[in-house]
Amino acid sequence: MSIEGRKITLHEMSLRDGMHAKRHQISIEQMVEIAKAADEARMPWIEVTHGDGLGGASVNYGFSAATDEEYLSAVIPHMKQAKVSALLLPGIGTVDTLKRAMDCGISGVRVATHCTEADCAEQHITYAAKTGLDTVGFLMMSHRASPEKLVEQALLMESYGANCVYCTDSAGHMLPDDVTARITAIRAALKPETELGFHGHHNLGMGIANSAAAVAAGANRIDGAIAGLGAGAGNAATELLVAVFERMGAVTGVDLFKIMDAAEDLVVPMMDRPIRVDRGSLVLGYAGVYSSFLLFAERAEKRYGVPARDLLLELGRRGMVGGQEDMIEDLALTMSRAAKA
Amino acid sequence: MSKKLRAVIIGPGNIGTDLLMKMQRSRWVEPVWMVGIDPASEGLKRAAEMGIKTCATGVDGVLEHVLADDIRVAFDATSAYAHAENSRKLNELGVIMVDLTPAAIGPFCIPPVNLADHAKRLEMNVNMVTCGGQATIPMVAAVSRVQPVEYGEIIAAVSSRSVGPGTRKNIDEFTRTTAHAIEKVGGAKRGKAIIIVNPAEPPLLMRDTVHVLTEGEPDQAAIAESVKAMAAEVQKYVPGYKVVNGPVFDGKRVSIYLEVEGLGDFLPKYAGNLDIMTAAALRTAELFAEEAVKGVFTLPARG
Repeated sequence: MSIEGRKITLHEMSLRDGMHAKRHQISIEQMVEIAKAADEARMPWIEVTHGDGLGGASVNYGFSAATDEEYLSAVIPHMKQAKVSALLLPGIGTVDTLKRAMDCGISGVRVATHCTEADCAEQHITYAAKTGLDTVGFLMMSHRASPEKLVEQALLMESYGANCVYCTDSAGHMLPDDVTARITAIRAALKPETELGFHGHHNLGMGIANSAAAVAAGANRIDGAIAGLGAGAGNAATELLVAVFERMGAVTGVDLFKIMDAAEDLVVPMMDRPIRVDRGSLVLGYAGVYSSFLLFAERAEKRYGVPARDLLLELGRRGMVGGQEDMIEDLALTMSRAAKA
Repeated sequence: MSKKLRAVIIGPGNIGTDLLMKMQRSRWVEPVWMVGIDPASEGLKRAAEMGIKTCATGVDGVLEHVLADDIRVAFDATSAYAHAENSRKLNELGVIMVDLTPAAIGPFCIPPVNLADHAKRLEMNVNMVTCGGQATIPMVAAVSRVQPVEYGEIIAAVSSRSVGPGTRKNIDEFTRTTAHAIEKVGGAKRGKAIIIVNPAEPPLLMRDTVHVLTEGEPDQAAIAESVKAMAAEVQKYVPGYKVVNGPVFDGKRVSIYLEVEGLGDFLPKYAGNLDIMTAAALRTAELFAEEAVKGVFTLPARG
């Protein structure tokens, strides 16, 4: 389907999803520098939060180099046109953490639940919508729900007050047809004024193709990360999205050369390792496992001698959802004991 | 007078019904009334079939029977919103209130850690924190009784089927109340709580992880011993409570990986989160009963 002339709102993820790939150690200076470059390139939205959202700083997910408030207060005053959002996972962050982020000047919040548990977000979506924030419902691990189930959950988020609902491919497991089926079904069920979004991971190399399929099926908000800096094999790279959408005749309003310079000159040099489809991230995509599990599984491999691939496959089999990073060390201990027995 | 404390359960939902089933086996607490607000409620019907007196007019409907039926203890499994009034009315009549809602008017009660203190003081309202708190705070305390704990963090993973609409609507209550109790009862200087709802089928058993950061290097041998002893204490009232892995020591981090299998009384065994709440609440009333019989304290006088 042609997307010629369609308007697409891109949302920059490198300063939130990219925190996973950097073990939440992006410095305030780096955040400000990259956010300024994205703003300069006319990215309309930039997300700034711990990788696991507001209140994510913990033993379980890793303590960040600075607090959410420190990052947000440092970045927001520099923005000339870009709006800044925060991520919030009910069960990890609370309305209290959202209020503190609002005091720092965020313009939007994305409230994320596992794709079948939208009713855990009622408190947070209702509050955010009431205060006039751009309020997004973010259905993570969407590959684990059928299009029908996802529609039911999207309707719940819309009923709480979300003005946009995302189909989120946290595991980078979806293929373009999966995206088309889900976005088409949600588009048909939600109010026409409710926006639809897609958040891709590149674990099967489908980040860009899936994003294009999402737009063709009716999504108008698309997440990207400069140079792909995100969990697993990274998000759909923003500079690629800009170039591809331009080739398809759609309008993002983002300056391609400025955003590719930011990728090459700022983001690639700060990567701890190349963000690409390597063995670990391929397993995530193949087995449908939450992308931020990757580095934890690799650390468990080092400490307990159980291959990361075996851990990730088993976590997938056990149906672990986003946020269950604790189960990685637990499983490594159990598997290494079984191997010795 | 019988040594058993006679009880009223308020709220005939999952928690109330599970509690009733456990209470019917208790040597120390006898279920007498089940109170609801909906005459058509399945829970009230079930209770009536089990031979329990029921009323569908809320706590007000049972007040006139409190003295005649010698009701000594109440379990509130309704909502934080309703709890304050329920507690006031029953406390006035000398009924001890065990609060299974997140209201937390009274002190937090984690049986193996501080129940004995509450019983000695005859606290008239004790709060059972949250399911995640009941599963994990004993382990935070197991470390903090060995050496000072800078930070305690818990992750409770529960099966989607075992999490009711009340908890979902108020999920922040879980994180706030549990974090507060990690500090207050667990003895950590700072507490953090995380809850994960997992929809896997067949449903997963409740899993709980405790991460503690000690002040100074952890005393590994003493902590391992303390964790083992604490697990045995919890197992006295929750037989399916198990340390699956750990304690793991990594610098100042101490991690303990737990699993809670329920008895399968009302909800299936995967709902250990439900069991640990009802079992802890019942254990609380039982200790009050034992101490009353021993004469540690005297129950409020009745005319």
